[in-house]
Amino acid sequence: MPVQQSTDALLREFEEHHPRALARAISLAEAGSAGPLIRQVYERTGRAMTIGLTGPPGVGKSTLSSALVRKARSLGKTVGVISVDPSSPFSHGALLGDRIRLAEHFLDPDVFIRSMASHGHLGGLSGASADAVLLMDAFGLDIVFIETVGVGQSEIEIARLAQTTLVALQPGSGDSIQVLKAGIMEIADIFVVNKADHPMAGQLRREIRSMMEMLDFSGWVPELVATQALDGTGINELWGAIEAHVAYLNESGEIEERRREAFVQQVHQLVLGRLERRLARSISQVALCAGIDPYAAAEGVLRQFGAGEESDDAALPVGRPRAAVKGLA
Amino acid sequence: MALDRPLRVIVAKAGLDGHDRGAKVIARALRDAGMEVIYTGLFQTPEQIVQTAIQEDADGIGLSILSGAHMTLFPLVLEQLAAQGADDIVFFGGGTIPPEDVEELTKRGVRAIFTPGAPLQEIVDFVRRECGKRRAPAA
Repeated sequence: MPVQQSTDALLREFEEHHPRALARAISLAEAGSAGPLIRQVYERTGRAMTIGLTGPPGVGKSTLSSALVRKARSLGKTVGVISVDPSSPFSHGALLGDRIRLAEHFLDPDVFIRSMASHGHLGGLSGASADAVLLMDAFGLDIVFIETVGVGQSEIEIARLAQTTLVALQPGSGDSIQVLKAGIMEIADIFVVNKADHPMAGQLRREIRSMMEMLDFSGWVPELVATQALDGTGINELWGAIEAHVAYLNESGEIEERRREAFVQQVHQLVLGRLERRLARSISQVALCAGIDPYAAAEGVLRQFGAGEESDDAALPVGRPRAAVKGLA
Repeated sequence: MALDRPLRVIVAKAGLDGHDRGAKVIARALRDAGMEVIYTGLFQTPEQIVQTAIQEDADGIGLSILSGAHMTLFPLVLEQLAAQGADDIVFFGGGTIPPEDVEELTKRGVRAIFTPGAPLQEIVDFVRRECGKRRAPAA
C-alpha cells in the first residue's frame, strides 16, 4: 500500500473498513489536511458515544481506560481510544507511553488505539483530537475514549469535546483547598476516586462531596465512584454511572447542546488555527519596521485583517457554552 | 496548508526479555531528535507490535532484543509486516546480536541492526534518513 494516496483512494479504503485507512486519516488530521476527507464522511458522524477521561499525571487514566475498554468489549461494543501525551516544547518530539497499559487490547480487531502528541496545544488535548474523534465516529466505532495528558488545574477542553467527562483523582494528593480551587473539578460529569484501597481514599471522597454541596447544579449532579482500575474493582459501578449520564443527556435533550458545543469548539479551533498562521506572517513583517512601538504595530496588523481598534471582538465569534468554564485561550 | 508532522517510530520489546534500558535510551534519543516515539512496553508478540505500528501509522519500528531470540523474533515481525501489507514501514533493531546473525537478518529485510557501542547519533541519523525517505513523496 503506498504511503501517499489520494483522498478518493483513502476514502475507499476507509469505507471498506481498513484500520490502516483510519490510521492514515488521523495522520492527515495531525498534518492539518484532513479537511477534504472529513467533509466526505461527516454525515456518518454523531453516532459514537464519546467519553473523556482526565486527571493528574499518575492517577491511573490509562489503566482506567484499559478497564473501561474491557467492559465495553464485554458488551460487544467496538471501541476507539485516543490517548494524548505531551510533546517536548524544545525538540517537539514526544514519548507516547499510554499504550503500555492497553496491551491486552492490541490484538482485538474491534479496538483501535491511537497515541497522539499534544504538539504544544495547551488544553490537555492535541489540536487534531477533535478530528480524530470525528474520524473514529465515522469509521463506525461505537465508543470513543479520549484520554488527556496528565492535567493540572485548568486543562478543561475535554469537557467540550466529550459527551461524558470523567475526572479521575487519587487519594493523598492535596487537602480540601486543592479540591476547591481546581478548575478541572468543575467539568466532571463523574468523579472517579481511583486507587480506592489507599488509606486516604475515604477522606478524598468526603472532600469531593463537601465541595459538591457548595455548588448549585441544575440538571445532572456529578456522580462519585471509587475504583481500583488495576484489578477492576468499581468498574461496573463506573460503567453504570456513565450509562446513567448518557441516559440523562438523551432524556433532557442536553446531548444536542453538547454536540453543538463540540461543533462550535472545533470551528473555533479551525478558524483560529488558520488566522494564527496568517497572523504570524503579518506580525513578522510588521516587526521588521524599525522604530515602531508595539501598540502601533498591533494596530497595523489588525488593519491588515480588516479589524481595526474595537471591532476585533465582534469579528471573532467565541463559543463559551458551559458556565463557569474560564481560562481557555 | 499541510503542517510539519514529526516522524513516528515504535520502540518495541518482544518475547521473554525484560531488559529495556537500551530501548528507553533509544526512545529518549529519538524523542530529543524531534520524533514521536510510541513505546509498547515489555513482552510483546510480533503480532502486537505490527498491529500497533499500523494503528499508530508509524514510519518505523525499532525492535530491541537482548534475549538471544533475535533469529526467531525479527523474522516473525518481517512476516507479519508482509502479511499485513505494511512492509513499507522501516524495520530496524538492536541488541546483543553476533555479526553473522546481523548479516543474515539484514539479508532477510531488517533495514539495520545496531549492536552495543553504536553511537546514538548514528541511530538517530539512520531513522531520520530512512523514515524521511518513506515520507518523501509528500515533501
